[in-house]
Amino acid sequence: MSNDVAIIGVGMHRFGRFDGVSGRAQGAHAVREALKDAGITWDQVQVAYGGSQDAGNADALANDLGLTGLPFVNVANGCATGGSSLAAVIAAIRSGSADIGVAVGFDKHPRGAFNPLPKDWGLEDWYGETGLMLTTQFFAMKTRRYMHEYGITEDALIRVAQRASRNGALNPSAWRRQEFDYEEVAESSAVSLPLRKFMFCNPAEGGAAIVLCSAKLAKKYQAIPVIIRSAAVRTRHHGSFEVFSPALMAQQVSAPTVTASKAAFEEAGVEPEDINVIQLQDTDSGSEIIHMAENGFCEHGEQEKLLREGATEINGRLPINTDGGCLANGEPVGASGLRQVIEISLQLRGQAGVRQVPNNPRLGYTHVYGAPGVSGVTILERG
Amino acid sequence: MNADNFVLACPSAIEHDVHGTATLVGNQCADCGETYFPAASGCTRCTSTNLNRFNFGRHGTLWTWTIQSFLPKTPYNSGETDASFKPYGVGYIEMPCGIKIESRLSVADADKLKIGMPMTMSLKTYGKTPEGANLVTFVFSPAESDIRGVQCNE
Repeated sequence: MSNDVAIIGVGMHRFGRFDGVSGRAQGAHAVREALKDAGITWDQVQVAYGGSQDAGNADALANDLGLTGLPFVNVANGCATGGSSLAAVIAAIRSGSADIGVAVGFDKHPRGAFNPLPKDWGLEDWYGETGLMLTTQFFAMKTRRYMHEYGITEDALIRVAQRASRNGALNPSAWRRQEFDYEEVAESSAVSLPLRKFMFCNPAEGGAAIVLCSAKLAKKYQAIPVIIRSAAVRTRHHGSFEVFSPALMAQQVSAPTVTASKAAFEEAGVEPEDINVIQLQDTDSGSEIIHMAENGFCEHGEQEKLLREGATEINGRLPINTDGGCLANGEPVGASGLRQVIEISLQLRGQAGVRQVPNNPRLGYTHVYGAPGVSGVTILERG
Repeated sequence: MNADNFVLACPSAIEHDVHGTATLVGNQCADCGETYFPAASGCTRCTSTNLNRFNFGRHGTLWTWTIQSFLPKTPYNSGETDASFKPYGVGYIEMPCGIKIESRLSVADADKLKIGMPMTMSLKTYGKTPEGANLVTFVFSPAESDIRGVQCNE
């Protein structure tokens, strides 16, 4: 397609905890790394979209990078902020209003669980005051119901956490680089049953940035550009089981992940079995398991067998979260979705080092999910 | 409960029946019949704004559950500290009309909670205000506890 868009540069500030370094500084570092990777300078960028949840407005980055007068839009879509920023830059380039654009995300969260305010989410104060508004509770309850309906056991939850730690240990930029054995995960403290400590990702800090341009110009900047075959963002429909819901409807319908995934596959003209390397939102072990099926990579209930067989390992037929995912990298909300795209880009470029998926992967897939029910999917191809 | 020393956290969600028993209240779309808890300003299924008050009663079954094992940050207002915090159950209760209402549970023991078990709602204390009044909200308990007058010991 003549208006295809390509990734020509990726950059990150390592995720983790960095006392004394602001979230914005981490975002600026990521953008500079991405510009360096693309071999361009900030004044060549014609549009930018970015977001952070707890570290200030993304457009303040222009104070660090240069006041060049470009349109810079702040995005706030929960965990899907990165995916939404990326989709917006892609749309801007496709529309012809810019040739080169940047998507950036960064964050710096306080330690511990998030503490959202009900009124920011259209809810009554008592929902938070009486102790019902915790994302951890939602993930645990959605996981328990899913296990009940599809016969998944705790074994699968443990294996997801174990594989994330194994891949994180291979990733020099991961926050957590220690591989857990089965018992360590199974015996970690019960945070919100059925989910335990090592089955949850933690709010963290970090930055991620991606430089995109019109595909017809891409080879000028990057030897192996990564083509965006599709990018879809969808919000929830009436009746889906979403975070921050004081009640769920009598009739349950599919999650926004399902609609975003279908739209992305349709636009790209490929099938789930064509994908060689996969990133799924893994705020917790249960979410990754649910997302495997919601994104079309297996049937509901088939996940446990796939995990036991090793199909989701780096050398398996469905390599998932090869960089350790949110579980090993933590989740700086604004940056997290872009980290996924960066990992897939490195895999497609053959630059993922010891965690490289074998046999020159051609197609990659990324999926984010965020409150209050928004999902972003991209399908990427080695250019 | 003495009206002088308790504060109901969620007055908009509670309605007392003719016997003085607390029940849960929300609303229902007059056009498509969908029910909402708490009351919604518009129907998210059919987009109608024509909604009527709807009482859900106080009996249902456990649809899913977890146990909150750490002290939530603000806006949680129980007044507990990390040292005094007591874990509490949280679940979605499927009501007769099909809606699943999220609620605290009186039980925080994984061995005593099972999907599908009958549950009954009552108002219970979950904390104290800085002035020392009891903070009260709706809490579902295994239905047996109503019959026996004690907590389910199964």
